[in-house]
Amino acid sequence: MSTGLAATGSSTGGEPLGDQAKIRCDQATKVYETQTGQLVALDHFSLDIAAGELVTILGPSGCGKTTLLWSMSGLHGLTDGQVLIDGTAVSGPRPDTVGMVFQEANLLPWRNLRKNIDFAFEIRKKRKNKERIEHLLEQTGLAGFTKAFPRELSGGMQQRASIVRALAQDPEILLMDEPFSALDAFTRDEMNRLLLKLWEESGQTIVFVTHNISEAIFLADRVVVMTARPGRLAHIYNIDLPRPRNIDMTFEPHFIELIQDVKRVVETGGHAIEVE
Amino acid sequence: MSEVPSELRDEIPKFDDDARQDHGPVGMTALTSMRTAKSALEIGTIIGLAIGVFWLIELILRVTDTPEFVLPKPTQVVTTLVGDWGTLYGPHLWVTVQTFLMGFAIGASIGLLLAAVITQLPFVEKVVAPYIIIMVTMPMVALIPFLRLKMGFGIGPIVIAVALASGPMVMINSATGFRRTDLAKIALARSYGASTFQIFRQIRFPMALPMIIVGFMVGAIFGLLTTVGGELVAGSERGGLGRQLKFFSSLIILDGFWATIVVIAALGVTIYVVFFLIGKKWASWQT
Ligand SMILES: Nc1ncnc2c1ncn2[C@@H]1O[C@H](COP(=O)(O)OP(=O)(O)OP(=O)(O)O)[C@@H](O)[C@H]1O
Ligand SMILES: [Mg+2]
Repeated sequence: MSTGLAATGSSTGGEPLGDQAKIRCDQATKVYETQTGQLVALDHFSLDIAAGELVTILGPSGCGKTTLLWSMSGLHGLTDGQVLIDGTAVSGPRPDTVGMVFQEANLLPWRNLRKNIDFAFEIRKKRKNKERIEHLLEQTGLAGFTKAFPRELSGGMQQRASIVRALAQDPEILLMDEPFSALDAFTRDEMNRLLLKLWEESGQTIVFVTHNISEAIFLADRVVVMTARPGRLAHIYNIDLPRPRNIDMTFEPHFIELIQDVKRVVETGGHAIEVE
Repeated sequence: MSEVPSELRDEIPKFDDDARQDHGPVGMTALTSMRTAKSALEIGTIIGLAIGVFWLIELILRVTDTPEFVLPKPTQVVTTLVGDWGTLYGPHLWVTVQTFLMGFAIGASIGLLLAAVITQLPFVEKVVAPYIIIMVTMPMVALIPFLRLKMGFGIGPIVIAVALASGPMVMINSATGFRRTDLAKIALARSYGASTFQIFRQIRFPMALPMIIVGFMVGAIFGLLTTVGGELVAGSERGGLGRQLKFFSSLIILDGFWATIVVIAALGVTIYVVFFLIGKKWASWQT
């Protein structure tokens, strides 16, 4: 398997981190019972993620990325294997540690934008961090829309709102399921920069699912490529681009090479991944 | 952004796809889609038209010299309505409203509660479904003569019939609402550690609310029908608008009869408007 000039890779679960792992997927396997029989969505998937790491997950549609994130968040159980967070097996949601940005904005249509953000605080019975919320609204360009209902917001605005909702909680671990998929290229770059800035300030652990190779590389410490269904680990790239990163890096030959390299692996391991 | 080939996409379930929207007997749109008058011109035209119709009927009846026992003149109806309000209409309106409200309150709360519980128990839901259909389609007025035999001549039997008429309507619509489960929204709440009650209060109930309001509206209209019908077939000793209808028609006092019809119509419209406004306030996110 070819590896890029600056990227080292492996097709196992990366360096085992032992007890150090913030998140450990250990032979995670998920089988769905469907009308047409059993469907293996996740097949013995193993991966260790260190505290403070930003890992992006690339894979063709339907390969089990959402399934993987839901398993990490404890929203559903596994058929086999386990996910450990801070060394203990995940058996249900851990709102104090893990925050989730769902695929598709998943806002509550009967609440306006501000009340949607408040929702998380209400459920958790936590006092609102007003400054942080205002700051995030400002940064995501939503400050003027707090009274608007989801149906009055564009798809991209809804996605940004759902990201603010999750970020406002400031969780140790942030699981993001294609959070920027509905954004145009410019806003997406903008959001990527914001995410990196917040991440660098906070030291969160982030698992970020995307279809976009360039985005995956730009953000990541490591890019995890999954195979087409059943979802297996295809390859892991260590991205050694210096930080802080800026959009100009994405035009450098080195970055382009990385994209091509990842694309090649994706095409053999998984397929149907977009390249910008 | 280039698209993923569709053959890879087709099996992906859309978690928040709300395919079961509006499968009840009446859709939410029936509540909020009615156009409301906005400008002074529109309101003026509506009032002007009503006045016009009023005087047109008056004129026709005068010109044709129609006798009062065929159709009373609108002015006569208004005269008795205003003049005898305190004796012939007001008190009976109050009895009807009381009977209706009591029956509806009982029926609607039981119906709502049962809907909330039963939709969580799919097996029970299937087993009781036929009985609910029977109760929805059964004209409950028919039970009143029987209830009279057991309970005497108060408003009790009518209250029970009203509850039986409105309850199943509220239930069947609310159940449709509660059945709209949205996995992604429930997952969202769970990811913040929501309890079962919080999920009900914050997700299931608001999701169901538009259909609940529809159920309340339809139930209230059925309830009013049953109230007036019940008073008509088995008038209570306290009176009520239905019994007044029977009283006036048996004595061929047709201006009184028509005045009572006007009061009943006004009551029906009031009920409609109340639920229309509730729907606008609490369910407009859906449209
Ligand atoms: N609740 C479910 N019941 C049955 N099958 C499911 C369920 N959820 C997902 N699947 C199946 O599991 C496979 C993986 O789905 P998943 O949503 O994890 O894919 P994904 O990688 O997130 O795809 P996408 O990039 O399109 O979001 C798919 O084939 C899907 O049809
Ligand atoms: Mg997905």
